[in-house]
Amino acid sequence: MHLSETISSGFLFLAPWLVFLPLIGLLVNIVFGGRMSENLVGGIASAFSGAAFAVSVLLAYSVSLAHGETLRWTLAEWIHIGDVSLDWTFRADSLSTTMMLVVSGVGTLIHIYAIGYMHEDVRFKNDPARFRRFFVFLNLFIAAMMILVSGDSYLMLFVGWEGVGLCSFLLIGFWYEMDTLARPSWSNSKAAVKAFVANRVGDFGFLIASFIMFWAFGSFQFDAVFAKAPEIQTGVILAITLFFLVGVAGKSAQIPLYVWLPDAMAGPTPVSALIHAATMVTAGVYLVTRSAPLYSSVPEAQNIVALVGAVTALFAATIAVGQYDIKKVLAYSTISQLGFMVAAVGMGAYVAGMFHLVTHAFFKALLFLAAGSVILGMERGHHHLAHGHGGHHGETFDPGDMRNMGGLRKTMPVTFWVYMIGTLALAGIAPFAGFWSKDEILLDASHHSQAVYWLLTIAAFCTAFYMGRQIWMVFFGEARHEAAAHAEESPKVMTVPLMILAALSLLGGALNLPFDGFHNLGHWLGHTLGEVEALGLNLQVAGISTALALLAILISWLIYGRKPLAKNQSDPLESFGLLFKGMNRKWWVDELYQFLVITPYVKISHFLADVIDWRFWHDWFHETVLLGAYNWASAIGLNVYADQKGIDAFANWLGAATQRLSAATRKVQNGFVRSYALSVFLGVVVILGYLLLKP
Amino acid sequence: MNFFTEPLTLLTFFPLLGVLLLLFIPGGQKNALRWTALAVSLITFVISLWVFFLSGLYDASNPDLQLVARHPWIQVAGWNIEYHLAADGLSILLILLTTLLTPISILSTWTAVEERVKEFMVFFLLLETGMLGVFVAQDLFLFYIFWEFTLVPMYFLIGIWGGPRRIYAALKFFLYTMAGSILMLLAILWLGIQGGTFSVPQLIEQGGIPANIQWWLFIAFAAAFAIKVPMWPLHSWLPDAHVEAPTAGSVILAGVLLKLGTYGFVRFNIPLFPEATLKAAPWIALLATIGIIYGAAVSYAQTDIKKLVAYSSVSHLGFVMLGLFALNPEGLAGAILQMINHGISTGALFLLVGMIYEQTHTREFKVYGGLWKLMPVFGTLYLIVSLSSMGLPGLNGFVGEFTILLGAWGAGQSGVFYWGGVWFAAISALGVIMAAIYILYMFQKMFMGPQGEVVDEVKKHGHSLRDLNWREIAVIAPLILLIFWIGLYPAPFFDLMAPSVNKLAETFSAAALALR
Amino acid sequence: MVPVNYYIILSAILFTLGALGVLVRRNPLIMFMSIELMLNAANLAMVAFSSVNHSFSGQIFVFFVIAVAAAEVAVGLALIVQIFKSKHTINVDDVNSLKG
Repeated sequence: MHLSETISSGFLFLAPWLVFLPLIGLLVNIVFGGRMSENLVGGIASAFSGAAFAVSVLLAYSVSLAHGETLRWTLAEWIHIGDVSLDWTFRADSLSTTMMLVVSGVGTLIHIYAIGYMHEDVRFKNDPARFRRFFVFLNLFIAAMMILVSGDSYLMLFVGWEGVGLCSFLLIGFWYEMDTLARPSWSNSKAAVKAFVANRVGDFGFLIASFIMFWAFGSFQFDAVFAKAPEIQTGVILAITLFFLVGVAGKSAQIPLYVWLPDAMAGPTPVSALIHAATMVTAGVYLVTRSAPLYSSVPEAQNIVALVGAVTALFAATIAVGQYDIKKVLAYSTISQLGFMVAAVGMGAYVAGMFHLVTHAFFKALLFLAAGSVILGMERGHHHLAHGHGGHHGETFDPGDMRNMGGLRKTMPVTFWVYMIGTLALAGIAPFAGFWSKDEILLDASHHSQAVYWLLTIAAFCTAFYMGRQIWMVFFGEARHEAAAHAEESPKVMTVPLMILAALSLLGGALNLPFDGFHNLGHWLGHTLGEVEALGLNLQVAGISTALALLAILISWLIYGRKPLAKNQSDPLESFGLLFKGMNRKWWVDELYQFLVITPYVKISHFLADVIDWRFWHDWFHETVLLGAYNWASAIGLNVYADQKGIDAFANWLGAATQRLSAATRKVQNGFVRSYALSVFLGVVVILGYLLLKP
Repeated sequence: MNFFTEPLTLLTFFPLLGVLLLLFIPGGQKNALRWTALAVSLITFVISLWVFFLSGLYDASNPDLQLVARHPWIQVAGWNIEYHLAADGLSILLILLTTLLTPISILSTWTAVEERVKEFMVFFLLLETGMLGVFVAQDLFLFYIFWEFTLVPMYFLIGIWGGPRRIYAALKFFLYTMAGSILMLLAILWLGIQGGTFSVPQLIEQGGIPANIQWWLFIAFAAAFAIKVPMWPLHSWLPDAHVEAPTAGSVILAGVLLKLGTYGFVRFNIPLFPEATLKAAPWIALLATIGIIYGAAVSYAQTDIKKLVAYSSVSHLGFVMLGLFALNPEGLAGAILQMINHGISTGALFLLVGMIYEQTHTREFKVYGGLWKLMPVFGTLYLIVSLSSMGLPGLNGFVGEFTILLGAWGAGQSGVFYWGGVWFAAISALGVIMAAIYILYMFQKMFMGPQGEVVDEVKKHGHSLRDLNWREIAVIAPLILLIFWIGLYPAPFFDLMAPSVNKLAETFSAAALALR
Repeated sequence: MVPVNYYIILSAILFTLGALGVLVRRNPLIMFMSIELMLNAANLAMVAFSSVNHSFSGQIFVFFVIAVAAAEVAVGLALIVQIFKSKHTINVDDVNSLKG
């Protein structure tokens, strides 16, 4: 507020509406959605998400009017106690508005796509009533994500950070009573819980970092922290940045916490596109970029971040090569690409990281949505068969298994073409968007660290290979399953967003071309991150990466394209034996975690609960020791020595005497009122007689 | 007695008037009894709001005890026992929590309690008076009377309306609490006779208790309070009591009665024995940290919903204790807010568990599953309450837990925890992960996954599972509202306690500095 | 003016009648009436002394007695009704379950 009052703050007052608008959409759907048609429900959700996009545009415009100054808008106070003073303050600067635009822009497109997708999905799974719930969750996600990117302090960022984690949980577990093949199972809900818990492990790191930060800096507010950073010991900042890295690993699916993201594909495909590819998982990249002044002051932390990102990029890319599920390939590809971004921001190449974040949001959302279109196409084909022949009901059919596909370019032409565009962008072929952003990262890496550079380059090679493999397996050759032969193209409501995203994937590179005068994004982000020297096009780096990508596509053609897989034919790569098996089984990381973390935790907690707490402490100590000691003391310690001989005898005598006495006197109590009254009168007479005759 | 100059007397004893009224209603007229009890508790709630906000008698910016009602009471043999009531920022929220949870609990018994309704309501209102008395009493003797008085109605609530092992649980609850209270009574008598007064503010002002005696007095008071909290390892009575208690009893037990312990620490132990408090801080924090981790781990292994929630209380109250003994404004305020949060979240959780139990008559996880589809409203409310309990930002639990951990971290850095340092806060923060594990596990087992056996089981008895009705939604709605309110805009709550908390923390910032 | 002795004698007679009534009758209603008689005998004596001694305390006491008598009758009659409901008789000799 202080600064922004002096400059024209434009449409800043709209900032809270970034959050309110999706929330209103959500409430409208909760309250009235039950009586509205599906199109209206989806339309309302999309409209409010679109309105948030409009607000983002206005905010970005305001920032540019203010020449890139940071604008703040305080809505209300939040936690004010002791030295803590936290407000609900919204922040608009070039970095946050970029994120807002990506989130709400891609988000709105995915909302629209989801109207078509969910219409069919809820019917294939026999629960049309759940249509509304999907859009409620989706709007909630947009609201949470907006809090994340528009917060002016680490704590407000954290609110959005966990909020999107919640939405991720809800949406992964959207079909909570089944598995990905719609059979009754716990597996989808397990995936949801896994995602939330893995995220919470990251959040633990975030919390610790924020505690250290508060007691060192005295504030959570971004600018206050950055202003004080030079006075603080580097050790403290190193601790903060490394604990933040734990949070980043959780949210942005980096080693060692990435394991939740592949399982997250249990959610409906628009969710995978929106949350687990384009927006939420990039929150970690945003956090590091946002904390640029902290990371830049400790090179050790930067190196670790870059290395984590690069190793993740390669590791996940190898796993992607061995997957058969169309979404799993994309999931590991997402982890790999996130590794690129994290490596970039770790090296201090914030603009390159953010650039890749933006282009990746375009092409990965495109790929996921197109994959969803493929899956629905397969479902339609299968449905068609099931009704046509009637013999397919008992068989479980996996519409996402690439081994069932083949030849889809003929039946689903639009999907095929947009998928091609997405693939070329992801593989890094000029002039598609991915080429420019990935090249910028590789160029930075080649300046900073050879290890990171080569890790990323090999990862880029793998990327092109697994995408090539996917294209050949899915769209070329002949159908390997009747469902693929009868697959049908998706409706307009789905294909139009795909085409828009395809256009963005094609042209997105124009945001930040490596030529003088075209560093638009770099210049724009420079307002917030500080102006950096823009790198030109390095022909050597670009050449190597392009050549490798083309080579990888060529190899994939040799293996899968030249001689397409036949029905029930095993993958030619299986001849690599253990290597392929490792890729296919995800290098047994899940099993390792099961063995190292989950089983011990379950065992320990059961041991504590059953043995220590219940059998030892509750039953043995309390029931046996305490109660037993009490009984023993009262039975033996007192009874034998004192009771029976002394007190007991006396008490017995006393009791017997009382009994005899009362037996004698009980006759007086004959129960007749008259006789009682008479005795009263006699008593009166006696007393009166005594008083009168008293000498 | 003029109720307008002594509003706390009116507030504390108003439920007793209700008891009197109930005695005139025949036991057979169950609805009349229910409505009367509900009306009385609602009026008590309105009175509490009036006393603190509308009457203008209470000034929230004043850190001292206010609304004082003070008369000589028992003045024999040099004993100076007074009838002394007052409230300040440390107790006001707990008073409001008590007056809020009582009508909610009464409303929740509408269909759950069908036998001996009259006695149930009488005990409930007696309990309310007892709890309010504990929070407003400023004379140690009077406090002790209220403190013990709360045991009696609770004993009967568990013992008469409880589950199959109710007598065992009620006795254990009673004896366990009594055992701790005996030590406290001795300490109270020592203080009252030595100090010449039983008045707490006066004793605090006098001060001057030798450090070694402070230590013993601290332990004696702490014994009573720690059992009530319950702090690890004195929690063994809690699962029994919760599992056997009727829903409304569990709500009050978790919501308010456990807070009597934590309140006792902040009202008596910390200000009366400052030196001993500083000495004990690392040890209490150690027990609290163990409680947090242990409670969370044990919760995960439970198969009974109520037992899981009971053990989670051990974990949550560990946070409260950690915050209290951080002895800085963040920790203290966070702890007091977390007392309220725990009352709201766990109270709501028990209410919801009671609602499903009424339909299914089982609390075993393994028969549940997939309920969200059949009971969408119930599932959503359960989710919100669960998330609040595991501390999701934007909901109430986070504000409390975060400020507590922040305070504990600061206390560790400034040396309040001596050898413990920041480790207590760091390890306790692990509880955030573990809370997510057991809470989400519970939610998953109940509401996600394939449909559980319980659905067919209920059908066998000729019913089908229904979603919440309007009465049940009305029961839970105020708590849901508070969950969001405290989570998003806790400022009014912090403002109410801040002056008193700052005043209390100030004595320690000076002391801690002198110590270093 | 009537000498005070006359009042005392009347009061004594009334009291004796009442006492005898309580002792010999079986019907609780009659017994209540007899008790009333005894109370009023005492009232008479107190009023008489009050006028002799020019003091109000005797009269004040009478008011208390009247109030207590009314309360006693209220409780007593309620008891009789309850006894009749459970025993279907009000004969006091049949109500001897407190026999030792």
